[in-house]
Amino acid sequence: MPLLDRNGAKDDIWARSEGAAIGNISAPIVPWDALPDALNQRAPDQPLGVLIPNNISVEALKEVLPHLALVAISFPAYSDGRGFSLARQLRRHGFTGTLRASGPLIADQFAYALSSGFDEVELPEASAGRQPVAQWLRALEQISHTYQRGYGDGGSNILDQRRAARAAAQVHSQAPAQVPAQVPAQLQAEAS
Amino acid sequence: MYRYDEFDERFVRERVAQFSDQVSRRLDGSLTEDEFKPLRLKNGVYLQLHAYMLRIAVPYGTLNGRQLRQLALIGERFDRGYGHFTTRQNLQFNWPKLRDVPEILGLLADVEMHCIQTSGNCIRNVTADHFAGVAQDEIEDPRPTAELIRQWSSLHPEFSYLPRKFKIAVTGAEADRAVTKAHDIGLRLRRHPHTHEVCYEVSVGGGLGRTPMIGKVVRDYLPKADLLAFLEAIMRVYNLEGRRDNKYKARVKILVHETGTEEFIRRVEEEFAQLDGPSINADPEEVARIAAYFAPPTYEALPAVSRTLDAMKAANPAFARWVEVNTTPHKAPGYTALTISLKPVGEAPGDATSEQMRIVADLAEQFSHDELRVTHAQNLVLPHVRQRDLFTIWQRLGEAKLASANIGLITDIISCPGLDYCALATARSIPIAQAIQHRFASDTRQRDIGELNIKISGCINACGHHHVGHIGILGLEKRGIESYQITLGGDASENAAIGEILGPGLAAEDVPDAIERIVNVYLAERNEGESFLANVRRIGLSPFKAAFQEVVHAAA
Repeated sequence: MPLLDRNGAKDDIWARSEGAAIGNISAPIVPWDALPDALNQRAPDQPLGVLIPNNISVEALKEVLPHLALVAISFPAYSDGRGFSLARQLRRHGFTGTLRASGPLIADQFAYALSSGFDEVELPEASAGRQPVAQWLRALEQISHTYQRGYGDGGSNILDQRRAARAAAQVHSQAPAQVPAQVPAQLQAEAS
Repeated sequence: MYRYDEFDERFVRERVAQFSDQVSRRLDGSLTEDEFKPLRLKNGVYLQLHAYMLRIAVPYGTLNGRQLRQLALIGERFDRGYGHFTTRQNLQFNWPKLRDVPEILGLLADVEMHCIQTSGNCIRNVTADHFAGVAQDEIEDPRPTAELIRQWSSLHPEFSYLPRKFKIAVTGAEADRAVTKAHDIGLRLRRHPHTHEVCYEVSVGGGLGRTPMIGKVVRDYLPKADLLAFLEAIMRVYNLEGRRDNKYKARVKILVHETGTEEFIRRVEEEFAQLDGPSINADPEEVARIAAYFAPPTYEALPAVSRTLDAMKAANPAFARWVEVNTTPHKAPGYTALTISLKPVGEAPGDATSEQMRIVADLAEQFSHDELRVTHAQNLVLPHVRQRDLFTIWQRLGEAKLASANIGLITDIISCPGLDYCALATARSIPIAQAIQHRFASDTRQRDIGELNIKISGCINACGHHHVGHIGILGLEKRGIESYQITLGGDASENAAIGEILGPGLAAEDVPDAIERIVNVYLAERNEGESFLANVRRIGLSPFKAAFQEVVHAAA
């Protein structure tokens, strides 16, 4: 299935496995049900991914997270937004592996997915066929800054930008401290 | 009032361009109709019975003259010369063409307005007390909070695909004029009894619709600084756990009900405890920046009571009557908050023509520090009027058929658009409202009856708030015939209550009779100075049910 990240289309190094028989797959993604067996059977250096439904609680995932290199969260429909919250919670629990949104998302959700902690989106052929990669990349650029703090934007949200602008203005207004002593007192007063 | 900075400005402009792009991707087939639908809804574009409808956000009901004049222009150029103010303090146009929507959005952006999240399964336009900043019983102005939430909830990456729509209301006064207990989240600014710090009381899970519920308090005193992190915790619990198997059980009120309030609170608090507040909340400087926009205007030093006003009232009883009914005491001496009725007898409740909008815009600029409000009861407010200017304003409103003296009275009816416009409606609402207005049109009679809120919904979704009407009317369809169910004893105030059903449904033509009989019971049974609602609470439903049965029998 087509895969893309913030840079565009990418090759999938991962392969879906039906069950826990993962011996001959270099980077397998196993179903949630098969995860316990797969964890037992994996080779020592074999990376492991899991595809989870979006109604699994983060509590149920906590124990296995350190053993996983990829978590794919299923989006049964574009209208079902549970995956965004689950991604946020996984990141908060320290998951640093690859987070994949898997399902019929639309291009207008790409920025939301990345902001919520996803790295990549895996689409069914039908959605990808209608929505070329260029549309996804364009959708990312459409809203340059949003209002929410802490959504993976490294401080480029509007609230932090306003804060930065205030800080800069304050530094500016402190400039009179450096005004040379010979400047008339009246001007100094005006400058402050 | 709030003014956009460069960030807000760029944000709405980009949103307009984004919507244009979404429309073209629908037209070229990139998006299916099903995929496009939530995108257009989140921009306020509904498919109605006869045409598209565009719902424009009026954040917490605040407008200035320039904005209202722009709405008048849009109504004239792209609609049929009128607009409809809604119970969410918004404005709807009923006849725009889809191809014109991007241009309309551009005109709105020119005056710092938008249609963002006026529909769809997301956090909707935030509402607030329409007397914010002027009410005498106010502890703190709710608008800075509402504006902060407006910004925070706009295109939220995590909470834009919720199980169902989500409505937030804020009040800062003792009397609840924002129906906060009937909202998914209701916020009430209040002072902590010991620290005296202003905090929020947070209620969750109120709502009307087919399963009406009063919101449950989940936090008695939330420190103001923690607001956004606490909202994030509530929204995350709801987004993850709210039901998605049945749209009629998908609102947060059902989650709270099925989970139990205690357990729901535990889950929210557990999530909240894990959040890093300082990285989520707005910093105090940002809160102060927003609050500064809502500083009161410079009032003239005036005597508490205007002698000019008194003289005009003495000389003109109709004017005196209008002042008595349509004005609300103001914080500043010599000023008043004036409510302009959009409920003249026989018109569609909440409708205003472009010409009327221009007249109100002029009055706001000339007499109310260029500010006006939309109320959830579908009227307009000039919040800062000098008492001595009231007579001039009254005369000018009279020329525009806007001087009805009926605020809070039996003809000040809340009504949804109903089957005349709405694709969801099962019965007509507006003609029922008009028939009741005609029955009670006499000023003397209205005055004698006193405060009585009638609220009408044309379907079970309850956009007309019928559950919390002193008298509620719900239009249903039974075997192809409209049938109206009457409820009694609902209350939209701080003592919020859901009305009880009086008896079987009635035919449209029998509704005015039924209302009249109910009112007659009150008039016969009331004590000196007792309001309709107080009377219903004191004597109970039985006498009203008996009178109602007479109508049912007469009709049978």
